[in-house]
This record gives sequence, structure tokens and C-alpha cells, in this order.
Amino acid sequence: MRPFEYLEPETLDEALALLAEDPDDTLVLAGGTSLVILMKQELVRPARVIGLRKLAQLRAIRSGDAGLTIGALATHGSLARASDVNAFSPALAATFAAVATVRIREQATVGGNIVHADPSQDPPVTLLALDATAVAMSKARARRIPFDELFVDVFETSLEPDELLLRVELPALPVGARATYKKFLPNTLDDYATVAVAAVVATDADGRCTHARIALGGAGPVPLRAHDAERSLVGRRLDDRSITEAAALAAAATDPIADLRGSARYKRAMAGVWTERALREIA
Amino acid sequence: MSDHSIRFRLNGAVVERVVPAERLLLDLLRSDLGKTGTKDGCSIGVCGLCTVQVDGAPMSACLLLATQIDGAAITTVEGLASADGPSELQEAFIAEGGFQCGICTSGQLVAAAALLEARPDATAAEVSDWMMGNLCRCTGYYGIARAIASARPR
Repeated sequence: MRPFEYLEPETLDEALALLAEDPDDTLVLAGGTSLVILMKQELVRPARVIGLRKLAQLRAIRSGDAGLTIGALATHGSLARASDVNAFSPALAATFAAVATVRIREQATVGGNIVHADPSQDPPVTLLALDATAVAMSKARARRIPFDELFVDVFETSLEPDELLLRVELPALPVGARATYKKFLPNTLDDYATVAVAAVVATDADGRCTHARIALGGAGPVPLRAHDAERSLVGRRLDDRSITEAAALAAAATDPIADLRGSARYKRAMAGVWTERALREIA
Repeated sequence: MSDHSIRFRLNGAVVERVVPAERLLLDLLRSDLGKTGTKDGCSIGVCGLCTVQVDGAPMSACLLLATQIDGAAITTVEGLASADGPSELQEAFIAEGGFQCGICTSGQLVAAAALLEARPDATAAEVSDWMMGNLCRCTGYYGIARAIASARPR
């Protein structure tokens, strides 16, 4: 690993001021599970690293009538165990529990996971389906970024180099909403998903769909929403026909690459299969 | 390019050290402090050979900068046995054939000890989920699973 200057601010203001001094040659360390590997392999070579470990307020997990707020420094393990997360959405708690291994879950943070922007990661998929908004701040301004606009490309977000992700906000779910996260793992259980699907639906008293969200991971350069599939469900009963049609539309929305987890064609087909399974589970 | 004064507990004893920013916990343990029970395997957090406990939670020493554990309590395999001899868990690994070549054993023991402390009533499925990230290419895992089950408090 190349030598760098390590800075450990005591306050958020101090962290933002340090970041503003030299944003293009500074990287931020949260849990470190991704950044330390990237630095060891010299895929990144920052002159300065800002460690956030002293900013305890960024670890907070809070729920209320308005929804759920997750601090960027909350670890996957703490989120998987948090009663507030499980009460808000068991599928979200299960998503955090599905990440890698216990060691990674204890060290890695949700904020680090999001800004790393690996399209095969689990949490962004479910957060996208839950209409998450990222709250970021620089020395000059605070900004709210809907998850739909957060992921730009593989390992790239719309955050500016001087911006720090502070928290993720999730609005209250529609009454009676049901959610699930499906991770397709043909190799080993600690692997990245070949494809992953998060789905959320709500239905009215007649069983007609009033709210539908379908998000896919590992299915393109960024975690993506299957908007056509969602629209096709609204106003209809969640039966064999509507679910099969939505699954086909979700598969069509994907843009996967071939890698050791499958060919592009296989991943597209599996996106359809797992969307169908997800919808059947919560129909 | 920057040096940092860190202070932490290693298997109960206070350690104070000045480390460069880029020092990994794994190298601090093995090279600087001579605690070579923690092994270096894949170096990317996958294999589990370098598992240590940070305030009781299992983590990969190859993915932690030494500065990150300032103020923490670290447990390595050297901290599991007492002056009286091996721990109950270590005895169980011997009795149940929980190892063969031994390269993964310290990581297996440290991870399993963390599990028995955090979730003593874990089900077999929870044990297997917790231990999933500690790879072994000798035992086929059955001996490890038996050892953990037999070391569980009843």
C-alpha cells in the first residue's frame, strides 16, 4: 500500500472542511472493507484519507411516523439486528443480513457500500425499491439525492468529490405494503448475487395493486428500477397473468454483462425468474 | 506519510504503538508484535484466515488499518487459551477432528469463540451462517461443526 496522510476529524464540520481542502486527492474511509483492498491493490492512490470513525452521530438508526433514517456509518450487522429496521421492513433487515460474511457485515457500513456503487451489492437494491433518498453534505451545501439519481455507472455515483454521504432516508411505506429481497446465488452463499430482486407491493381492499416497486441488482451497470414492470401491475390483481407479464418486463429492463456468474442472456432470464418468485411471495 | 499513536488491548494487555497510516492490523500483529497465530491468506477479506475479534466482533485483520482499532479490544488466537491449557472450544476442535493442516484453524477458532460469546444459543443454521466466511479445504467442515456444537454451553 502506498503511504498516505491519515486524518481523523472529531466533528462533521471538521471533516467537511478537510474534504474541501483537496477533494480530488482525498478519499473517505468508513468501514474500510472496499477502500483498504483498493488501496492495497493500488487501484486508488489517495494522497490523503479521512477516517470517519469518530463521527458517532453518523451511526444512528432512527424510526418514526415519517419513516426510517439510517446513518451512513451504521454497519450492516447493526442494521440486520436493529429492531427499528426489522419493524420498518423485515425484507430490509434480511437484505443487510444477506451481505457477504459476518466479518464484512461487522466492519462494512451502509454508507461505504452505497458510495462504492458496486452494482452487484445487496443493500442499494432494496433501498431503491423502498424509495430511498440519500442526504449528502459538503462544506458549501446540503443536498438530497433520490436513489434513482444516485447511481451513475459502475463504481460511480452522482456525489461530488467534496460531498459526504450523511444518511439514507426511507419514507413510510403505504399501509399494508409487503416487501421481499431475493438474492440468486448459484455458487456459494457468500458470493455476490448473479442477479438480485427487491419488490414492494400494496393492494387495495379488492386486491388490486396500488403500489409496486421492482429493483434489480447485478443486472446492469447500476442497481435499476423496472419501471415498465411496476406500471403494468398497478390497478390489476396480482395473479399469474399480471405477475408473468411484469416478470417479462423486468427481464427486458436489464442490461447485464457476462462474467463468471453467468452470461448476459442467462442473467436476463434469471432476472425474470426471480422477479416472478419475488412477486408470488408477496402477492 | 503520517504516523499515528495508537493504544489498544491485545488479549487483555494494553499495547501502545506508533504506526504509519498504511499499516494493516495483520502486519502490526504478525510483524511488529510477533503474534503469528493470525495467518495471512487471501488478503482480500474472503478466506477467514486472519479473523480476529474487535470488541468481540469477528473481522478480517487484512482489511483493517491499525489506526482503525485504536481504543478497541482485540482478541487473537493467542488469547483463547488460559494458563491452565486450551479452552473448551480448542479441546473440542482436537476431540472432534476440527482441523487437519491447520492453516485455517486460528481463524476458525477466533470466529467460533466470537459466536459462542455473542450467540450461545445459536441454531445449527445460525452457526453455519456465521462460520460461512471461514474456509477450510481439509475437513469438509463436519468436524468443525461438531466441535462448535460440542463446545456450546448446555
